[in-house]
Amino acid sequence: MVKQPDKQELLDFGYQAPATPWLDTPVDFRPGTYCHGAKGKNLEAVGFPNARDWSPAEDDWKLPDEWQNTVIEGIADRMKKYRSFRLFMDVCVRCGACADKCHFYIASGDPKNMPVLRAELLRSVYRRNFTTSGKLFGKLAGARDLSEDVLKEWWYYFFQCTECRRCSVFCPYGIDQAEITMMGRELLNLLGLNTDWISGPVANCYMKGNHVGLEPQTILGNVEFLMEDIETVCGKHIEPSFNRKGAEVLFVVPSGDLYAEPGTFAFMGYVMLLEQLGLDYTLSTYASEGGNFGLFTSNEMAKRLNSKIYAEARRLGVKWILGGECGHMWRVINQYMDTWNGPADFLEVPVSPITGSKFENASSTKMVHIAEFTADLIYHDKIKLDKSRNDHLIVTYHDSCNTARGMGLMDEPRYIMNKVCNNFFEMPEETIRERTFCCGAGSGLNAGENMELRLRGGLPRANAVRYVQERHGVNVLANICAVDRAALPAVMDYWVPGVAVMGLHELVGNALVMDGESVRHLDMRGEELPRPMVQEESVTLAVDSQPVAEAAPSDLATVTGEGEKGAGKAVTDA
Amino acid sequence: MKIGLPLLAVVALAALAWLGCEYLRLQVLFGVVLPYLALLLFLVGFVYRVVLWGRSAVPFNITTTCGQQKSLPWVKHDRLENPSSTTGAIGRMILEVLLFRSLFRNLRTEKRGARISFGSAKWLWLGGLVFHWSLLVVLLRHLRLFLEPVPVVISGIGAVDGMFQIGVPVLFLTDITILAALAFLFARRVLAPRIRYLSLPADYFPLLLLLGVVISGILMRYAFKVDMLQVKEMMLGLASLHPQLSMSAGSALYVHIFLVSVLFAYFPWSKLMHAGGIFLSPTRNMPNNSRQVRHINPWNYPVQVHSYVEYEDEYREKMRKVGLPLDKEG
Ligand code: SF4
Ligand code: SF4
Repeated sequence: MVKQPDKQELLDFGYQAPATPWLDTPVDFRPGTYCHGAKGKNLEAVGFPNARDWSPAEDDWKLPDEWQNTVIEGIADRMKKYRSFRLFMDVCVRCGACADKCHFYIASGDPKNMPVLRAELLRSVYRRNFTTSGKLFGKLAGARDLSEDVLKEWWYYFFQCTECRRCSVFCPYGIDQAEITMMGRELLNLLGLNTDWISGPVANCYMKGNHVGLEPQTILGNVEFLMEDIETVCGKHIEPSFNRKGAEVLFVVPSGDLYAEPGTFAFMGYVMLLEQLGLDYTLSTYASEGGNFGLFTSNEMAKRLNSKIYAEARRLGVKWILGGECGHMWRVINQYMDTWNGPADFLEVPVSPITGSKFENASSTKMVHIAEFTADLIYHDKIKLDKSRNDHLIVTYHDSCNTARGMGLMDEPRYIMNKVCNNFFEMPEETIRERTFCCGAGSGLNAGENMELRLRGGLPRANAVRYVQERHGVNVLANICAVDRAALPAVMDYWVPGVAVMGLHELVGNALVMDGESVRHLDMRGEELPRPMVQEESVTLAVDSQPVAEAAPSDLATVTGEGEKGAGKAVTDA
Repeated sequence: MKIGLPLLAVVALAALAWLGCEYLRLQVLFGVVLPYLALLLFLVGFVYRVVLWGRSAVPFNITTTCGQQKSLPWVKHDRLENPSSTTGAIGRMILEVLLFRSLFRNLRTEKRGARISFGSAKWLWLGGLVFHWSLLVVLLRHLRLFLEPVPVVISGIGAVDGMFQIGVPVLFLTDITILAALAFLFARRVLAPRIRYLSLPADYFPLLLLLGVVISGILMRYAFKVDMLQVKEMMLGLASLHPQLSMSAGSALYVHIFLVSVLFAYFPWSKLMHAGGIFLSPTRNMPNNSRQVRHINPWNYPVQVHSYVEYEDEYREKMRKVGLPLDKEG
């Protein structure tokens, strides 16, 4: 277990500027704020250059010969390939609007965590090698040579960016540090400078189909356990199919939902819902990962991993694809998948067989988000929900960065939330929707050895959760992201104890009234409900098919949530 | 040094023009040759930079979405913050370019103990907006010197701008607002520790240069009382490519013209190119519709993948044992 840092020490920082200019401040590799280096065998598995074991803590990073040339050529190459990169190198005016928008800066005060300076780390080298003023005036023009120290600084700070895009929302030119970080990481990968926590999962995803490397029989075994849990909760025996040809829908979830709590509770929720609907779907052991650690490595690696989804859909002959709750998985599906591995002309435009709704917005990728799918069901009144089964939970909702800023999936989950639970409270508006704060561990930073950084990165989010905890007694942080479910429990336990992290479809699973289910004594986590839920008595049908936008979710929450304060028992993380 | 050097540079440039015209009678250089050269550099440089950007590919649709996506018909779609069509994206760009929409979101993040709070921070937005709009009006106003007859629109702008009838000759409102906005932006860069920390000489120089341009322009009219009729004659000459010099117009005019020339020549090679870049920013100018319309990457290339066939070959026995369907029995 990782030693937890001392809270007072963590909070002992301010936003004042340091005495030394950033160009003259060397990087300090403080344990707890960076990840282990990639292992040679994992880089080899996917054919990456300079595969060897190395440690960032050591002086010698075992760089290949001529590494400077590799990087400079890599920059030139990427500037031709990505307008975003070239433009973002050129147009920043250093207005500082993005400076205090990054969770890592907010929670560390380290100026190089200001998005603008993170970009300058790379921009300074760009200036030196690609601009006249940089060549002529050097430091005066904010230019510097690419030295080993600079490279180490890149590595440290590009793995202190979660590619969350919050900075991009506030920048007058939309400069997206996530994009620059991605380029920076690609360059680092040309030298074999990845982290263990990213390259291991990449190798696993490539060879075994999912990031922890679950083999097919293990996936089945795990799911069998979860199905037993479902039987305990609602008395229904469910057997989801895998790799089944001829199913109508391929269902792809982030693999975290298959094996790790609390994601597994969300998985149980999905399966119960799809069972109740009688949807003809199958899961796949080959495409058993919706998430994509390749995205944190290089565009090419991401494409290689993502290819499995369409390949499997084609092999199984399904009509369309349904995707589970995951943030960066959906950034990939929304903004990259079709471009990389499409066109998906062997699939059909997704139509919900239950409501008949055609998902026009997914007419090219042919892939639907489960929150869209479920919201459509509820809107058309196709499932029975008993909200009161979630009465012991006082819920707030965390938008994950990628679904908010790389997609715009914001109101569908809120609509569902308001239909499945009575106590829903929004966090302050500066911390939700497009301005949402990262969990602090996205883009592959969720390593145990990186705990101090994760806790810092999670502080702004935790701070907003505490706000609603104090006012409304919130004890659940709902979300639609596998990384959130992996990262936020530690953040909550540390900063705001007593708040459980829960996938949206766990709440759906609690509220869902299934045909022939037994009286519910337990919630999805197997914890006693305050009182047994006899379904005949307390069924609340989701009949009021009001468009979600008619009332702001927070208004709904205040109305429905009154009088419930403190009624729920604290839910602890199992 | 970050501030001192740029300041020195601007003062030196102004002095150069003054001395050159006052003592060396280099009016031809400062009034004709350099302005033409600067304009040429500006045009060539601007086009070069934009073409360079334009030649880079846009491989992916990477809109930064700032509102609800277009999904189910009954979910209210935020057309401007998360456009799903080109029209919507144009609308979003109009808001960005004309009203600085994103900067309007600005917040101030504060920390007290373990608490983090957010305050409104609209000053940067206001300062930026006032500066850019004032600059536009000032530029348009200047067209009266290059055109004969003066178009009604231009004289109208001048009339409105001079409406307050402050002083003789009339002081324009935008003279004051642009000065105030520039002074604010400069003060912010110097006084706000964080902004000062991340600023480069290349951030102070254009600000000081602009201040130099504005101050020299105001001074030549109000302090040195340069004869505007002569100025107009000269500018008409420049505009019609038949430059005629006025040696008696006073060196203050040449200082102003020279600083403007420097600004134009410097523009394309500096961060001032954000003026062109903003239109090309892929996170802002693309509709978020890549699930509906396939975005094409011009350099998409085939990659090595781990196929299902290989996967099944590796796990066939294990898969058979747990009853998973197999493509090949062997
Ligand atoms: S907000 Fe944009 S322009 Fe301003 S400093 Fe940040 S990246 Fe640069
Ligand atoms: S993308 Fe997120 S983590 Fe990275 S610099 Fe921007 S705000 Fe910070």
